[in-house]
Amino acid sequence: MTVLYDVPGPRARTRYRLLGVLGTLALLAIFGFVIYRLAAAGQFSPRVWEWIQYKAIQLLLLDALWNTLRAFAVAAVLSLIFGAVFAAGRLSDHAWLSRPATAIVEFFRAIPLLILIFILFFGLTQGAGIQITAFWAVVLGLMLYNGSVLAEIFRAGVASLPRGQSEAAYGLGMRKSQVMTYVLLPQAVRAMLPTIISQLVVVLKDTALGFLILYPELLYQARFLGSQGQLGSPILPVAIVIAAIYISMCLLLSSLANYLERRTRRTRRIDPAAPADDTAIEMEQIRAATP
Amino acid sequence: MNVLLDNLGLYGSAFLGTIELFVVAAIGSLVGGLLLAAMRVSPVPVLRAFGTGYVNIVRNTPLTLVFFFFAFAYPRLAIVDLSFFTRACMALIVYTSAFVCEVIRSGVNTVPVGQAEASRALGFSFGQTLSAVVMPQALRSVVPPLTNVQIALLKNTTIAAGFSVFEAGGIYQRLSEQGYNVLIGLLWVAVGFLILVVPLTLLQRRLERSWSVAR
Repeated sequence: MTVLYDVPGPRARTRYRLLGVLGTLALLAIFGFVIYRLAAAGQFSPRVWEWIQYKAIQLLLLDALWNTLRAFAVAAVLSLIFGAVFAAGRLSDHAWLSRPATAIVEFFRAIPLLILIFILFFGLTQGAGIQITAFWAVVLGLMLYNGSVLAEIFRAGVASLPRGQSEAAYGLGMRKSQVMTYVLLPQAVRAMLPTIISQLVVVLKDTALGFLILYPELLYQARFLGSQGQLGSPILPVAIVIAAIYISMCLLLSSLANYLERRTRRTRRIDPAAPADDTAIEMEQIRAATP
Repeated sequence: MNVLLDNLGLYGSAFLGTIELFVVAAIGSLVGGLLLAAMRVSPVPVLRAFGTGYVNIVRNTPLTLVFFFFAFAYPRLAIVDLSFFTRACMALIVYTSAFVCEVIRSGVNTVPVGQAEASRALGFSFGQTLSAVVMPQALRSVVPPLTNVQIALLKNTTIAAGFSVFEAGGIYQRLSEQGYNVLIGLLWVAVGFLILVVPLTLLQRRLERSWSVAR
């Protein structure tokens, strides 16, 4: 039970039951209306769902899925590297290294990702004459933005460790690079792993922006199929199928993040030195997650 | 510099479009998120299940897909004919509400149960418990991340430009038609967003520092 409600007595129980019935009715009415509209607009007729059976279209969608996953994989690896490099830069003791790193990270976090992708794709091609393909525009845009967010996550992870950890390591005579690689980073990455995976979900979701610069990923092919007159212009059925594909991919990755989070929490509780602070961890993750 | 000065009107109207979209969507998403959060913490199982399902699905949907639905698929349903601006607002509200809901819900959950129990033991009614005990404490942990969500919303308004041109992200198309340097034009758009986002980020950091509660 949440903090707001007490254990219900008999009167509250009837009230909750009444609310439950009313809520069910209201939700059923909404779903019913949507389904009625879909049926009235002819979206359940076999004609607009026929395309699923065609082999060429299945291959087209598989190819689109491959393009989405390819962009995601390359962008994820590059953002992790970018994030690690710039987190190291921000944590450096030398101002000439940490100041520019901070400025770059803050800059790319403040600019909308779509504008970044437009700059890379339209700006560089038409303004500076540098040819860059849609694939690389999407991947580099994702790398710059998500890499900056990841740099912030890595840094927050290192900063959240107890001071005693680095003090003890220095006390043992380790150099700063050793303190970082042997003591701080392993703990920070472990603590922040759920947040890092959540950020990778954002990378996967944002590959859909490629649609807007005509990178042939899932949404692009959905638009193409949806405008085919000889298939009955099935934009809604196609959108539903594509949505199912995207949502199930992201849910899989999110559930991995949730699983890891539960695991880290479980082990934290056993450690008597660090009292479990679930809400603080959760707020930290919500703070780090960018919609 | 010429690109900016020659097209000051274009930049002005486009950023005004961005701000309009942001304000409407921000208010809408706050209301929607509050409703969803009320459902998610409510003692009624059906509403709780709906809230959880909505948040889980929408958080794992690309915003571009939500826009795709409202831009191309919604008109086919022929419910009510809406302008693109309204549909863009709806797409942003549907998407951002889920994130607002999560922030509010976890903020309410940071308040220890003992606080509400103590206030009930003192004879406070539900309304009094909510307004005098739980909310003042929850608000402190809600507002900083909520500002973050709204900053993200401001940046997400650019996606509307991919589907129509009334907004700051769409400036490059006009400039390109008139033969201006698109790279410089887009860099000015980026500067415009920096001007909008940086004050909000600074505000958010300040709130986070001064409002953080030691528990």
